[in-house]
Amino acid sequence: MVFLEFEKPLELLYEQLDKIKEVGDGGVIDVSDKIKELEKKIQNTRKEIYSNLTGWQKVQLSRHPERPYTLFYIDQIFTRFTELHGDRCFADDKAIVGGLAKLGSQTVMVMGHQKGINTKMRQYRNFGMANPEGYRKALRLMKMAERFNIPVVCLIDTPGAYPGLEAEERGQAEAIARNLFEMAQLKVPILCYIIGEGASGGALGIGLGDRVFMLENTWYTVISPESCSSILWRSWDYKETAAEALKLTAEHMLEFGLIDEIIKEPVGGAHTDPEKMAKSLKSHIKKELQTLQEMQPDDRITARIEKYSKMGDFEEVDLNEKKPAKKK
Amino acid sequence: MSWFKRLKDGIQTATKSKKEAPDGLWHKCEKCSELSTHKELDENLYCCPKCDHHVRIGSEKYFNIIFDGKYTRLFDEIVSKDILNFVDLKSYQDRLDAIYLKSDVSDAISVASGKVNKKPLTVCAMDFTFIGGSMGSVVGEKISRAIDYSIENKTPLLIISKSGGARMMESAFSLMQMAKTSAKLTLLAKHKLPFISLMTDPTTGGVTASFAMLGDLNIAEPGALIGFAGPRVIKETIKRDLPEGFQTAEFLIEKGFLDFIVNRKDLKQKLDDLLTMFTNVESEAELNEEPASAS
Repeated sequence: MVFLEFEKPLELLYEQLDKIKEVGDGGVIDVSDKIKELEKKIQNTRKEIYSNLTGWQKVQLSRHPERPYTLFYIDQIFTRFTELHGDRCFADDKAIVGGLAKLGSQTVMVMGHQKGINTKMRQYRNFGMANPEGYRKALRLMKMAERFNIPVVCLIDTPGAYPGLEAEERGQAEAIARNLFEMAQLKVPILCYIIGEGASGGALGIGLGDRVFMLENTWYTVISPESCSSILWRSWDYKETAAEALKLTAEHMLEFGLIDEIIKEPVGGAHTDPEKMAKSLKSHIKKELQTLQEMQPDDRITARIEKYSKMGDFEEVDLNEKKPAKKK
Repeated sequence: MSWFKRLKDGIQTATKSKKEAPDGLWHKCEKCSELSTHKELDENLYCCPKCDHHVRIGSEKYFNIIFDGKYTRLFDEIVSKDILNFVDLKSYQDRLDAIYLKSDVSDAISVASGKVNKKPLTVCAMDFTFIGGSMGSVVGEKISRAIDYSIENKTPLLIISKSGGARMMESAFSLMQMAKTSAKLTLLAKHKLPFISLMTDPTTGGVTASFAMLGDLNIAEPGALIGFAGPRVIKETIKRDLPEGFQTAEFLIEKGFLDFIVNRKDLKQKLDDLLTMFTNVESEAELNEEPASAS
């Protein structure tokens, strides 16, 4: 088990538990009461820690090395998953995976960012940072889904689109922009779930949909707290402050009306019970797909565009009275 | 032997005939260091007379170049708001207040409608001097309304981008403007109205990754920096120096992301050409022709 900094009290309790279990294994002393007591204590401590997480702690949780990733969810939620590779132009991006799968009797096109589960795989997956061909593969799959009237499910978990030299050469910006444009008009339902990190254009590139949901311990905003700290505070040391200032948690996003719903995670985060997490995600996808499929494609597209058109907050001043240029 | 000997006494010019040298009379080109007067520069549409370096200019200047000074400003009443009570080294509201005192534009984008040689056009132009031309809710909303206006009045749309990207002080709200503007542009496309995206120095981040790259025509000014990630970030990522000319307009056209590069002096004529071709009107004469009266 990997413990985060703020989980220190939990780590100590687990250590105690292990020791007692060891003693118990000796078979001389009956420790079952002690174990029960400790387990209860662990449960309470966990609840306490997790009921009051700061923005930065949620960012840490969203990056927990044991957190389930896209392929785990696909494996748990769908059957007959057939991965489809390549953008037909340049390459197959390993940071975005996707393919056809069955959800009960319904075929879906499922895709998402994929991070690696160990050092070697993390490199192979480029830490979940997609190149233009990743976004173009995603678009190719979506257009195919549209042709065959198959709904699209996107799982989002990225620290950002890859800021590399070749990515620029191949048009990272164009690839993301094109996806936004095409997703806005896609005739089939699109469901988006932030399952980990939702960083900026790299997340949005497969994140424009009819409904957008966030798991409880994830974040979604325009820049990572680290980069925000380096740009606005001109130092890497203000990531915690930046995480608070950006109001990037699921609660904030729901409050702002920028997402539709928060999906509860098991206490202690999705990684403490990945199967349970997958199960609740599965029933959520089923329910949402059904609602969306009842709508006419044109109505769905109109509603989708309206939903995004409403996003934003500003003031409208009377130009004759109070010129903004002469304000104060 | 007048080399070392002063033959004339002191300054000869009478005080009354002294000329005032106004501040900032001279402009030194940041590229070729050539000196030129601001008047010369202005007449040259802010391109260096020697090396043609395109100096960054604001929205007002573009409107004047394109519309010959005759245009209507739109949506100036929409202004930014500190939605999140965002504070970094300074509060967002303080930043806004400070810039309102200095700037004559109300946000990082201005919208105007007018005519290019009798052909109607809606233009959105960004101002880099307003928080780095960053895209917040106001930029998104003004573009959104400019699109509605274009559809209502059946005019093509030109967006002149000049931006560092999304406005961090509006956090996710600024991110969603990428989705908002892109989604709205699909409506313009559905109404078969052309959208021309002109990228000027610099166009980066969320602006490039949304409306700026979505033009029916993507065009740029010479030498403009255009990219998704900024050069500094890329350098830090790949840990080596970037090739010369990387992420310039000339680089992008080679990589296939631009239709053409347009010199500021040719912009108006080029727009005229395009608008003529898109509207399928043969010539000026035909446009001016009165419809034949039925007899």
